[in-house]
Amino acid sequence: MFKIVNRKEMAQGTVILNEIEAPLIANKAKPGQFVILKADETGERIPLTMANTNPEKGTITIIYMVVGKSTARFKTLKVGDSYMDVIGPLGKATDIEKVGKVVCVGGGTGVAVMHPITRANKLIGNDVTCIIGAKTKDLLILEDEMRAASHRLIVCTDDGSYGKPGFVTEALKEVLEANKDIKMCYAIGPVPMMKFVSKMTKEYNVPTIVSLNPIMVDGTGMCGGCRVTVGGETKFACVDGPEFDGHKVDYDELFSRLASYFEDEKKCMEEYCKLAEAAAKL
Amino acid sequence: MAEKPGKKEKIPRQSMPEQKPDVRARNFEEVPFGLPSEAAILEAQRCLQCKSPACVEGCPVGVDIPGFIALVREGKFTDAISKIWEMNALPAVCGRVCPQELQCEGKCIVGKKDQPVAIGNLERFVADYERKNRLAPMPKKAARTGKKVAVVGSGPSGLTVAGDLILKGHEVSIFEAFHKPGGVLVYGIPEFRLPKEIVFSEVEGLERQGVHLECNQVVGRSVSLDELFAQGFDAIYLGVGAGLPTLLDVPGKNLIGIMSANEYLTRSNLMKAYRFPEYDTPIIRGKNVVTLGGGNVAMDSARTALRLGADVSRIVYRRSRAELPARAAEVHHAEEEGVEFHFLAAPLEFKGNEKGRVIGMKVQQMELGEPDASGRRRPVPVEGNVYDLECDLVIIAVGAGANPLLTKSTEGLQLNKWGYIVADPVTGKTSKKGVWAGGDIVTGAATVILAMGAGRQAADSIHDYLMRGW
Ligand SMILES: Cc1cc2nc3c(=O)[nH]c(=O)nc-3n(C[C@H](O)[C@H](O)[C@H](O)COP(=O)(O)OP(=O)(O)OC[C@H]3O[C@@H](n4cnc5c(N)ncnc54)[C@H](O)[C@@H]3O)c2cc1C
Ligand SMILES: Cc1cc2nc3c(=O)[nH]c(=O)nc-3n(C[C@H](O)[C@H](O)[C@H](O)COP(=O)(O)OP(=O)(O)OC[C@H]3O[C@@H](n4cnc5c(N)ncnc54)[C@H](O)[C@@H]3O)c2cc1C
Ligand code: SF4
Ligand code: SF4
Ligand code: FES
Repeated sequence: MFKIVNRKEMAQGTVILNEIEAPLIANKAKPGQFVILKADETGERIPLTMANTNPEKGTITIIYMVVGKSTARFKTLKVGDSYMDVIGPLGKATDIEKVGKVVCVGGGTGVAVMHPITRANKLIGNDVTCIIGAKTKDLLILEDEMRAASHRLIVCTDDGSYGKPGFVTEALKEVLEANKDIKMCYAIGPVPMMKFVSKMTKEYNVPTIVSLNPIMVDGTGMCGGCRVTVGGETKFACVDGPEFDGHKVDYDELFSRLASYFEDEKKCMEEYCKLAEAAAKL
Repeated sequence: MAEKPGKKEKIPRQSMPEQKPDVRARNFEEVPFGLPSEAAILEAQRCLQCKSPACVEGCPVGVDIPGFIALVREGKFTDAISKIWEMNALPAVCGRVCPQELQCEGKCIVGKKDQPVAIGNLERFVADYERKNRLAPMPKKAARTGKKVAVVGSGPSGLTVAGDLILKGHEVSIFEAFHKPGGVLVYGIPEFRLPKEIVFSEVEGLERQGVHLECNQVVGRSVSLDELFAQGFDAIYLGVGAGLPTLLDVPGKNLIGIMSANEYLTRSNLMKAYRFPEYDTPIIRGKNVVTLGGGNVAMDSARTALRLGADVSRIVYRRSRAELPARAAEVHHAEEEGVEFHFLAAPLEFKGNEKGRVIGMKVQQMELGEPDASGRRRPVPVEGNVYDLECDLVIIAVGAGANPLLTKSTEGLQLNKWGYIVADPVTGKTSKKGVWAGGDIVTGAATVILAMGAGRQAADSIHDYLMRGW
């Protein structure tokens, strides 16, 4: 059992932070790696990137968006409750080298995944510009943390309710125009965001790393469910990734495959909501 | 030659009562109910108690078949299980999944003129009897040696090593990547063929003996072999199986609804997706399902598809019926349940709709040509003979490979050109000091009993090493 020792709600309760006791994983994990969690006996195995680790305390931190039944179930876990299973660290760690100027672009909960990567870049001595975005002000997460982890932070909201109005790609264009010596871009967020960021950085010839989030089962290269096409080759995101060369990823295929269980998940969530309502009435 | 009159009437092979095909094809309960005691005793009377029994030669672990059958004949079922346990720690599993027609029963002398003695069914009967009644004494443990062994992987091979070494007095820890132990027995072979409760009860037995089980440990990621040595383990056994799916390289291969048998079966068995939404993991419930391949994995997938509500479940196999590698009983059960077979057929292309979901496939008709390196006649395309099959789910069950996660992250471990671990065929020793390997990660996808046999040999060699040296 893996006990939750700290819990926070962000973005109006749509994004949840859990700090979990998992000393062995905390000891081993590097930025970019993920864990698979299962809440209870009947639960699904859900992959989430570690947003932070604390080897001294023996804890890992995950930050997730509530999107379906499993993440809704996770949300009900309180401090002192436990996850039944936590497996990791899985996937490859992010390659972080001292290259000079880098730009980190995070959208939605992708910002959480971006946090350790941003911090590591600053620590190694890179000059880090960070762009984070959300649909609206209330959904923005980790603004202060990202400001501390980078040299300068640009915040964007789609609806203009805070920071710079518009998509992160617009801010990125300005940054790329103004800094022709940017050596590296990291982009983590919704698939369409990563797609358009990669398209843009390609025009500017800036190597780009993205973190992909296909549907997974085992996380050890055993099932092939997480396969993605990168540079025309089939890769398993759980072992070959989750990070890949953004200029080579087939985003349309990834986007389509993410909808594999859309109808089932909807049904599952509806039933869960009905049960939760019934329970609330009792 | 006509039968002499007055000769004792021949007892026919006793068949196991089982669920009717049309009923069972829609549920996940086990297909056969097992032999009633009277039938088991009758069946045991069919054994001739051969002086040099051919059946034993056919069994990869050398179970004393006439020995245990003689005890069944006398109704001494508890003694019979103790007899089997001398050679085989998982008889409830082997009785159900061994390809008996190629092994013990294939050699049985009675089978020359009649149907062979139902050795597998008897083994299963005895093991089930023991699980229900729990009368047999637990094997005795030797005095503690103070040595520690790590077993990586909890499939049949790892479980055998753990069971053997704990009895020899060593401390044993099993490290399993999944959240549940059992390997293929749990994530691959479906409930209707091998109830999971049987596997868990075997594992529980090991834990009661003192084996320490740690799930959620992906060795190579969570912890490395060198770290295990540093933690004080004196020897390590690798029984990590052949957990790498083979996918096909044809157009449309990544459409939604095309998945490996590993994914399909893991969702259904390990994650219990057949009980969705009570269990949270979803699975695609195809109405019109095609399974590619002809082994046990293909049969299990095609039969699972029926149980998940398919109207049509087809097996598309590139060779002919005679080459089907699956157990005879599984092919028979699949046919009874209504699985359709398309022999000498190979996929050329998958077609999808605007949402990226598979809706059909192009199939190439094949014929058998010249024998290939394996001695089997190689299927070759029949020019111009291509047809379409409609389908909304395709399960790829054309074999497995060596998963590189552990092997590639371990220094000093010699692999062959396909990525399997090179191990001594007798002792299971690898090129890395203190490390043994066996089962599917050495032989490639094989059978439960071969994986167990390799485990038994390695356990003996590990014991030798711990007591005497490398
Ligand atoms: C390596 C990896 C790291 C990840 N890290 C994080 C993280 O740090 N924080 C975080 O919030 N999420 C992360 N994700 C995504 C997260 O795993 C999914 O959001 C989660 O599985 C959804 O489960 P659910 O049952 O709640 O929703 P479901 O009911 O499964 O899905 C609800 C909706 O979300 C969509 N969906 C399903 N799976 C995904 C997915 N993998 N990505 C995007 N949408 C999906 C479905 O199409 C559906 O519309 C990561 C995924 C991977 C593979
Ligand atoms: C669907 C299916 C049906 C089959 N039917 C039959 C049958 O009817 N009869 C028969 O005889 N054989 C059958 N087989 C074959 C048989 O199951 C295998 O040959 C046998 O299970 C191999 O045993 P093993 O112990 O080598 O490996 P496995 O059973 O594969 O177990 C390996 C274990 O190691 C774990 N593991 C892998 N990597 C790591 C790691 N890095 N760290 C920790 N743990 C790890 C895996 O999660 C798994 O639990 C079937 C196989 C399949 C897939
Ligand atoms: S272990 Fe398998 S091969 Fe050996 S006797 Fe039992 S069923 Fe036959
Ligand atoms: S070969 Fe057949 S008849 Fe002879 S001992 Fe074995 S099971 Fe009995
Ligand atoms: S999740 Fe199964 S292979 Fe990646």
